[in-house]
Amino acid sequence: MLNFGILSQSFRMSMQNIKSNKMRSFLTMLGIIIGVAAVIGLITIVQSVSNYVMNEFSSLGAGTVSVSAFGNAMKQGLNDNDIQTLNGIEGVAGVSPTVSLTGTAVFETEAFDKVNIDGKAAVYFQRNPELVEAGRPLTVSDMSGDTNVCIVDHTFIEKVMLGHEIIGNTIRLNGMEYTIVGIQGKSNNLQGAFMDTSDSDGTVLVPYHNALRLTGKANVNSLEVYIEDGVESAEVEKRLRSALNNIYNNADNSFSVFNFESLMTAMSTIEGMMSTMLGGIASIALLVGGIGIMNMMLVSVSERTKEIGLRKALGAEPFRIQAQFLIESIVLSVFGGIIGILFGELIAFVAAKLLDTTFTVSVSAVSLGFFFSLAVGVIFGWMPAKRASELNPIDALRSE
Amino acid sequence: MAEEILRMENITKAYELGEEEFLALRGVDLVVDRGEFLAVLGPSGSGKSTLMNIIGCLDVPTSGEYYLSGKLIANESEKELARIRSKEIGFIFQSFQLLQRQTAYENVELPLIYANMPEHKRKERVEEMLEKVGLADKMYNLPNQLSGGQQQRVAIARAIATNPTILLADEPTGALDQKTGRQVMELFHELNNEGRTIIMITHDAKIASHAGRIVRILDGNISEGDLEDA
Repeated sequence: MLNFGILSQSFRMSMQNIKSNKMRSFLTMLGIIIGVAAVIGLITIVQSVSNYVMNEFSSLGAGTVSVSAFGNAMKQGLNDNDIQTLNGIEGVAGVSPTVSLTGTAVFETEAFDKVNIDGKAAVYFQRNPELVEAGRPLTVSDMSGDTNVCIVDHTFIEKVMLGHEIIGNTIRLNGMEYTIVGIQGKSNNLQGAFMDTSDSDGTVLVPYHNALRLTGKANVNSLEVYIEDGVESAEVEKRLRSALNNIYNNADNSFSVFNFESLMTAMSTIEGMMSTMLGGIASIALLVGGIGIMNMMLVSVSERTKEIGLRKALGAEPFRIQAQFLIESIVLSVFGGIIGILFGELIAFVAAKLLDTTFTVSVSAVSLGFFFSLAVGVIFGWMPAKRASELNPIDALRSE
Repeated sequence: MAEEILRMENITKAYELGEEEFLALRGVDLVVDRGEFLAVLGPSGSGKSTLMNIIGCLDVPTSGEYYLSGKLIANESEKELARIRSKEIGFIFQSFQLLQRQTAYENVELPLIYANMPEHKRKERVEEMLEKVGLADKMYNLPNQLSGGQQQRVAIARAIATNPTILLADEPTGALDQKTGRQVMELFHELNNEGRTIIMITHDAKIASHAGRIVRILDGNISEGDLEDA
């Protein structure tokens, strides 16, 4: 019977053996250390980079489908009725048209002509509750088109209104008087990073009807469709396409639909492939490490032939000999694996600092490293241990 | 009548030497009773090592029948032979065969672990055995911190720890000087007086003369000798 005494005794023996051959054991473990560190390091880096990118993308558009309705000769963009139709589709939580233009803002007596004016619906503010950092967001009652209210961002404040009272103050946008009701917070997401705002005089958000009036157009060309929580975005996308086909009488090339979720699915597929590929390459190091362990165990078995013979003479059954050598190989490999995990995390930590991403300990990578090294210990220790257990005790005792 | 614990009937052992077959034992008959101190005396190459291996269940005979404690040892598996060794045989070797990286205590403990004795009982037993061979104060010494005689006494403590049926000693004084060799023989006498069965294999007639009974082995044949011849 394999009892705890045998296990702890074998464990003690293998520790003694590893200690008395420090250099050799270390060199043997090095293969496993490098292999596991490479696996952990690469997987963690791929995961944290792709987590970072995914987070940014999801802050841009999780649960959102973008529709560009450029229209055709028969029918241009979308009118209010069309927007209502889209809003009524099953699984749609809200529709936010986007109307963008560059206009002129006049504050007191000074004019600024490179102001981005964005028209938004109330649902846009509901979906982005952290957007407005002071004052109030635009609400449904602002959307009639008769209320001239706006929200300004920090760039606008710095360029146009530095040092003045903001909320409650008025500015003129393309000649119309607007009351400022809120301030948009600084964005630190990808959208902010992609848009070159250095040249502009800032951004002003207004109700979208107002923006339409400022552009002089009647139709919306671009809108965001928000999907209800827990609803499959691909399903909603399908319904959306068929509704748009109805609106455009099945005319070709009248609109395009872009689903962020499918982008994210593609991203996570890429991440999976990268992890598998890099992990696969790194596990070649692990394989080499395993061969190193097997080699050392074979040397160890032939060095200790006499000891094996003695143990057999003292009544050790073959499987006990096998267990002892197997435990030694596992201890060696798992010990190397743990050091490798620490090194791998260190690599990932340094990489996170260099790439300026957040460092997270990947539980799956750590457990992968652990079980990989355990498996290497078992697989590559098996043959030497089996060989030890099969030694003839007479020959073994006689060997010098 | 004395209790018979070992019986060999017409035991042969053949080895393949290239094309030829070499007969190390040629029909050995031997009976040993409980409590005997038997010396097997023979020069090297006489087959005495082969005989020891068969008695010690390290090897099985080519033909003939070997009964140990009434049980026929024939086609036992490696595992079964290990169990029999654990229970029946205590080995003592010429070169002590202690594990160099283990203390005297751990060396004596080893066969008890293989015999599945629980830890608290092991401790008691190991201490008792080392006390018996006069090494209670060297319990935690490593073999290289002990003299040859002390090392052989650790080995004897290890051999008797599991309370085996037979103590099987192979040239137990071969690596010792005369004085310490004598001390080991005294210890053997002591153990024999307590009722232990001892089988000692040796080429040294003087050492063999310590035994109560001597058999001679030559060219694979065994013959009862007597003390005068030795």
